[in-house]
Amino acid sequence: MPEVRYVRAIAEALAEEMARDERVILLGEDVGAPGGTFGATRGLYQQFGKDRVRDTPISETAIVGAAIGAALNGLRPVVEVMFMDFIAICWDQVVNQMAKMRYMFGGQVRLPLVLRTHVGAGLNAGPQHSGSLEAWAVHVPGLKVVMPSTPGDVKGLLKAAIREDNPVIVVENKTLYAMKGEVPAGEHLVPIGRAEVKREGRDVTVVALSRMVHEALKAAEVLAAEGVSVEVLDPRTLSPLDRETLLASVGKTGRLVVVHEAWAPCGVGAEIVAVVAEDGFHSLKAPIRRVTPPFTPVPFSPPMEKFWLPDAHRIVAAVREVMA
Amino acid sequence: MEPTREQALGIYRMMHLIRRFEERVAECFAGGEIPGFIHLSVGQEAVPAAVCALLREDDLVAATHRGHGQCLAKGADPRRMMAELFGRATGYCRGRGGSMHLCHLPRGILGTNGVVGANLPIAVGTALAAQIRGSGQVTVGFFGDGAANTGAAHEALNLASVWDLPLVFVCENNLYAEFTPQAVHTKATAIAERAAAYKMAGVTVDGNDAVAVFAAAADALDRARHGAGPTLVEALTYRYRGHHEGDPMAYRTKEEVESWRQRDPIPRFQGWLLGKGFLSEADDQRLVAEVKSEVDAATEFARQSPWPAPEATLEDVYA
Repeated sequence: MPEVRYVRAIAEALAEEMARDERVILLGEDVGAPGGTFGATRGLYQQFGKDRVRDTPISETAIVGAAIGAALNGLRPVVEVMFMDFIAICWDQVVNQMAKMRYMFGGQVRLPLVLRTHVGAGLNAGPQHSGSLEAWAVHVPGLKVVMPSTPGDVKGLLKAAIREDNPVIVVENKTLYAMKGEVPAGEHLVPIGRAEVKREGRDVTVVALSRMVHEALKAAEVLAAEGVSVEVLDPRTLSPLDRETLLASVGKTGRLVVVHEAWAPCGVGAEIVAVVAEDGFHSLKAPIRRVTPPFTPVPFSPPMEKFWLPDAHRIVAAVREVMA
Repeated sequence: MEPTREQALGIYRMMHLIRRFEERVAECFAGGEIPGFIHLSVGQEAVPAAVCALLREDDLVAATHRGHGQCLAKGADPRRMMAELFGRATGYCRGRGGSMHLCHLPRGILGTNGVVGANLPIAVGTALAAQIRGSGQVTVGFFGDGAANTGAAHEALNLASVWDLPLVFVCENNLYAEFTPQAVHTKATAIAERAAAYKMAGVTVDGNDAVAVFAAAADALDRARHGAGPTLVEALTYRYRGHHEGDPMAYRTKEEVESWRQRDPIPRFQGWLLGKGFLSEADDQRLVAEVKSEVDAATEFARQSPWPAPEATLEDVYA
């Protein structure tokens, strides 16, 4: 299977879907001629032209609103919000317009719209460019939310999102853009709403999001040497959440650790824990643990940011605690 | 451009329909038949009636929270609108939306909108799609003097201009943002002057003069249809009723309201029609009676319509 970088997998997904369907257009700041701030749209402006690959002003509200309008009038826009932190700027368009439209208009409209954005600390980007705000979107009915952790998943989920007739927020991770991974050749779609067991195990389920999947896999290696068999589960889609796969895994292992880069209070981990507490309680052999950053903004300076970020060591410590 | 006889009579009838419809809404709201919050545009009818008289069926209108008139003028069925306001299953949105979320896409009605200014970026998007698809559609984005101060309005005006979109911004400047007079919320009160900052055409008209609104809208639509980009039309008008029904209107005098009633758009346009010989007294009486019975029928339709099943709450859900 070919190895492709995460950021390249995004560009491939966009190119394939744009070639497949002329209604697919791209909107965003620097997505056109510059090819995107991280290169995710490189080559698309040259391939598909300025009509379909639109550089926009720094006007998050207008460009997300424009994507909504374009979706209402026959196109299938993919709009980029450059950092998820900036989604706060256009949150009205996302929450009050995009998410509610099909429902509040009595089902008469469909919004085939993808909003791409990225999260992730670890690049010293500081408090306003590093946040993981996926829980905001998950809290709102009417938004599908996916959070791919590998090149294969980002390609397959983005393609599936573009073919979906409802709004999908694709939460990428800037620290994964350079990562290489296997991407199946040819048509590759990952269904929205399906979790994946990234590593099978018997003793404890570690549910990890985005880049934390890779930290969890590292932790699982360390723990395997200690005789602890860790199952690593990547939900991949956060809304709607694949409850069945989650409950089946915890039903098997009886222990749960959840890890993500977002803050703990009302984070996606809180929802995952609630699902297990409500519908998987009797399979639990130990209290649940969450591994999350401190409840502070992401600090800029490298030693503080490193201190802030969850990592494999903390996951190992949490697993040891639930195994004790 | 002046309206033809047929266009003028259509506008006149629409102004009466909007007036009668909204006065009925006020009665039904006061009587407890319409739940929620209601924002009426009584006094502003000339603007949507004259603008929408120039639109094709597949043109699009992004309406405001004060948008009943905009929807009716774009071809909404008063019966299904009234049913939606009553919260009934036969309403355009099956009771999900109400007054501030009225939508009927087959007639190009993109929705009234409960968030001031938020409809304008969406109007940019429908205009963008029209431009890319070459569909020839024009989008009209209505807004008020209050919305003019939102970031969404600024962003939408700039983006529409930079892309030369087939879009007409129509500001119904009724001099008040909710309870606050324009001089308190805006230093540069002439909204159309802002057009220059976006390098787009801008014009201010007497919004209570249907003929003037028609002429300005015709110019703007002509530009939009011929690739000459957006226009900002500011129509100076006035609402007689409060920001919402129940608003005690402590922020203005009875004399001020009365002075605007002297400039009411309906008798003014009636005078113009009579002067042109487009309307006889008998035709006028017949038209007014027809409109009344149409609103009566809409009200009866709403009253007789079933409530939505509570379980319909759970439909149209995907995430």
